[in-house]
Formats: sequence, C-alpha cells, structure tokens
Amino acid sequence: MKIKYISLPIFVVAAILAPFVMSNYWIFIVTEVLIMALFASSLNLLLGYTGLLSFGQGAYYAVGAYTTALLVKNVSSSLWVTVGGGVLAALIIAIIVGSLCVRLSELYFAMLTLAFSQMIYFIVFQWRSFTGGDDGLPGILRPPLDLGVISISLSSPQNFYYFTLILVALSLWFLKTVAESPLGYVFRSIRDNPKRAEFTGIAVNRFRLISFVIAGFFSGLAGSIYALLAGFVSPELAFWTKSGEPVIMTLVGGIYTFFGPTVGAAIYTILHTFIASKTEHWLLYFGLILLVIVLALPEGVLGAIEKWRGKS
Amino acid sequence: MDFSILFSVFLVGLATAMLLFMISSGLTLVFGVLRIINFAHGSLYMLGAYFGLSLQSLFREMGSTFWLTLILSSLAVAAVGGIVELFFLRRVYKAAHIYQLLLTYALVMIIDALVKMVWGLDPMSISEPAALSGSFEMLGRPFPVYALFIILVGFAMTIFLWLFLVRSRYGKFIRAAAADVDITNALGINVPLIFTGVFILGSWLAALGGFLSGPLMVTSPDMGVVIIIECFAVVVIGGMGSLQGAFVGSLLIGMLNSFGAYYIPRLSMVFVYLLMAIILIAKPTGMFGARG
Repeated sequence: MKIKYISLPIFVVAAILAPFVMSNYWIFIVTEVLIMALFASSLNLLLGYTGLLSFGQGAYYAVGAYTTALLVKNVSSSLWVTVGGGVLAALIIAIIVGSLCVRLSELYFAMLTLAFSQMIYFIVFQWRSFTGGDDGLPGILRPPLDLGVISISLSSPQNFYYFTLILVALSLWFLKTVAESPLGYVFRSIRDNPKRAEFTGIAVNRFRLISFVIAGFFSGLAGSIYALLAGFVSPELAFWTKSGEPVIMTLVGGIYTFFGPTVGAAIYTILHTFIASKTEHWLLYFGLILLVIVLALPEGVLGAIEKWRGKS
Repeated sequence: MDFSILFSVFLVGLATAMLLFMISSGLTLVFGVLRIINFAHGSLYMLGAYFGLSLQSLFREMGSTFWLTLILSSLAVAAVGGIVELFFLRRVYKAAHIYQLLLTYALVMIIDALVKMVWGLDPMSISEPAALSGSFEMLGRPFPVYALFIILVGFAMTIFLWLFLVRSRYGKFIRAAAADVDITNALGINVPLIFTGVFILGSWLAALGGFLSGPLMVTSPDMGVVIIIECFAVVVIGGMGSLQGAFVGSLLIGMLNSFGAYYIPRLSMVFVYLLMAIILIAKPTGMFGARG
C-alpha cells in the first residue's frame, strides 16, 4: 500500500515532465499510450469490475473517432463540438447496442458485441461517400482549445500531449471513483454472482447497461482523441482485432486492479514501438507474452506485483 | 428474371456454403465437446493453405501433387492442433472462460505472425489440379469445375461426419462427451483423449478447408482473422455445438453472401452480422442449439 502511495505521484510528475525530455516521436507514442490507457480502462470497467467480456469496444472507439473526424472536416472547428459530438455518437450507439446485449450470458454477450462491431466495420467500410471507405479520412486538423479568454493551439505535440493528459487523467479519475463507489460494488457483486445479486434486489441488467454505457462513453472519447492525434481514421478501428487490444492490455496489465489496463497499455504500446522498429513481426512476441500471462500470470503484471508485495 | 444468372449465383452460394461448412464444422465440434471457442481455428485454416503452398512447390517436379499436398498439409495442421491441445489448451480447461478465449487469441497472434515471417505479406495463389480446371456449361453459363468439386466434397464431408458421429463407436463417445462430460468420464471413457481427438479433428477439417479454398480464394496472411468471424456467424446462427446447425448456417450465409454480393453488394456483409445479431437477441442458442 505504501508503495502505491509513492509510485502514483512519481508517475504524475514524470507524466508532466515527459515532453521536456522526449523527442516529438516519443511524445506521440506516450500520447498514444494515454489514449489506449483510457480505452483499456473503460473496457475494464465492463470486464474486470462487471464481469462482462466485450469483444466489440472497437465499435465505440471507431464511432467516436469517425464522428470527430467527420465533424472536423465538414461541420465545425470547435474542439468542444467535435470531440463532444464524437463522444455523444459513441454514447448513443453504446446505449442502443448495450440494451440489446446485456441480457445475454457470457459467451453470447461476447458474440453479440462482436457482431455489432463487425456490422459497424462493414458499414464504415462500404459507405465510401460518407466515410471514405477503405481509404479512410485523412487530413484531420486539430481544432484549437478555445477557453473563451484564450485559444491554445493543439498542433504541437507537446500541447496535444498535455491536452490528452488532462482529459485522460480526468476520465481515469472519474472511472476510478465509479469503480470504488457503491455503484462499483454493485458491478462487482454482479460480476461475482449475478444470481445472488439479483436476489438482493439489484436490477442486474440495468446495472450491466450502465456499466456498458459508461465504458462506451470513454471508449468513444479515446477514439475521438485518437482521431485528432493521428489526423487520420480508417475502418480498421472497428475491426474485431482492434477490440482485442484493450482486452489484451487489461489482461497483461492486471484485470482486477484499476491501473492494470494502464500498465498493460504502456507495455503494449512501448513493446510495439521497440519491437516494430526491429522486426515487423512484433505480434509474435506479444502473443507469446499473452500466452505466458494466461498460463502463468493470470492476474497480470500489476496484479502479480501487488501480490508479491503482499497487498492487504 | 434470368434463371441462368440466378442459378449461377445459387451455385456460387452453394460452393461458398460448403467451404464454410467444412471449416465451421470443426469449430462447432470443438465447442460442442470442449466448450471452447477456438479463435485460432481461422489460423489453422490459414496454415492448411500455407503448408499446402510450400508442399506444392516442394513437390513441383513430381507433377500432379494436389491430392498428396492436401493430405499432407491437413495432417500436418492436425498435428499442430494436437500439440496445441496437449500443451496449452489442457492447462486452461479449469480456468475462467476469458482465459481460454485469450489463450486461443494469443495463438492467433503467434500463428499469424509466424505465417507472415515465413511466407511474407504478399497474397499468393494455389492453383487447382489440372483434372479440375476449366469450366462447365450450366444453363448456358460457364461455371468453374473446381467449384462444383467443392460442392461435392462438401456434401461428402457432411455425410462422412454424420456417419462418423452417429454410427461409429468413437462418434458416440464424442457425442457423449458433448452431452455430459462428467458422466462420460464416470463411464470409464478416456475423456482427455476424446478432447485431444476432437481438437485434432477440428484442426484437420479447418486445414482441409484452407487448402481446398486456395484455388477459389486468395491466400493471404489475413485470411485467418477474416474467416473466423464468418465461422462465428455460422456457428452462432446454427447453434454452437450443433453440426446440423453448422450446415444450415453455412447454407444461409453462403447464399446470403452470394445473392447479397449480386443484388445488394454494398450491404451483403452487414446482413450477415445483422442476422447473427438477430439470432443472438431472439434465440441465443441458435437454430439447432439446445442449451446455453
């Protein structure tokens, strides 16, 4: 416990100072880590806390990304409108899909989230006139951050990094608060024993939906930020393999800890960057790591560290 | 209404369906007995094609090698399946479902990466044997002989699987294990051996599908992740664990794909997943699935 209280401030300070010591290339990478940390943490609210394996979070990520991209290109140059619109779209889709999915048990739930994700992929892929289809949407400019009194440009990697850092930190704080609140305990009781939860009067499906919608909201936010980071979106963001990324990150980092997914996102992205520069077959190494985790370290890296440190 | 076109589209749908059935039958069998959704099933399918490619070039001097290659590549992948089950899958039978899923997903990553390493990223093609090349005239339109062959093989495979599962002794053991593992075990039947055997059978079927699909489709490193989702659709619609379900599901999706590609090309894929979603919402256990 003591260790955790020391390490969090260290990370915060490191995060704030990072852009001063890193090249633009690395700032981009770390920004991406932040985005994926949000994506994975939102997934973990569903998976680790509520016990629902969704293999379709890529759908909300992609909806957020594409909506923001389309808004920037066609409608508005206001940051609030574009990102807000992206998140709103993802939220709506999450509500619709979620209400259809949550009554299904484990395996069928996963399959249905997969099916919806693929549907969105093909709609995005085929609707060339609207979404650019296979070519995606390039040239997404970052709107400036307009705070009324001042307008801050986000085109520099440093500025965009801080923007992302603040958004992600706020989101993670919100998610953590939810996870450790009575609502979070309801989620966990549903995860541990849905029947018993139902017997104690909890409307299981309604709370599953709440969890699903919160997860979809933040997945959409992650996607929106990504669209502005990369300046480009393509249909792959909705393909099922994209949805697998937050699941892997969560598992590798630690499924039953709050910061596990963040750790997993960091490991995944940094490994990707390191290995991808040496060989294009980095997924091989990541697959091997995942294999080791599943067979030997199911509680993930952070979980194992906490266990080793003798958590209370 | 041009019947000859309709008939062509129908035949294409049938060929796609039979190919899909060959591959999905393995997936549904594995689920029915082992209760595991094998994400790596698509990768095994892909391995069947790639092993076949290499064997074909190895045997090039020997002339007609299609059949030999088919047998050897599918057996090789069956062996891979056996290794996977014995050394990896066995360790997670008792674990939560998510770990089983993620194990197979890890295998997808590993196998797909290995394929790219060994064979490269470029799409390749497997050519049909000389005896099956060319086309037939069907109602005035040309139709590839090879596709007709696939339709016949598909039906043959269906009958073979049905006979095996219903009439043979081992088939009965497999169906018993699928119905109730504990009682089957209590009856003294070697359940772990059945698990391994079914996984090997599933892998063999996937590999057969992979190599046989070669002349009809492009062989590329992403064929695994693409086919697995179609197989999921088949198996969900038909009912997980049900072979008749896989057959009917394959027919449905094969026809949907074929007629969809002809009449509503932009939306056909969406319809497949829409159907999958509808089944999951209305009757999650699928058309022929019994229990959840």
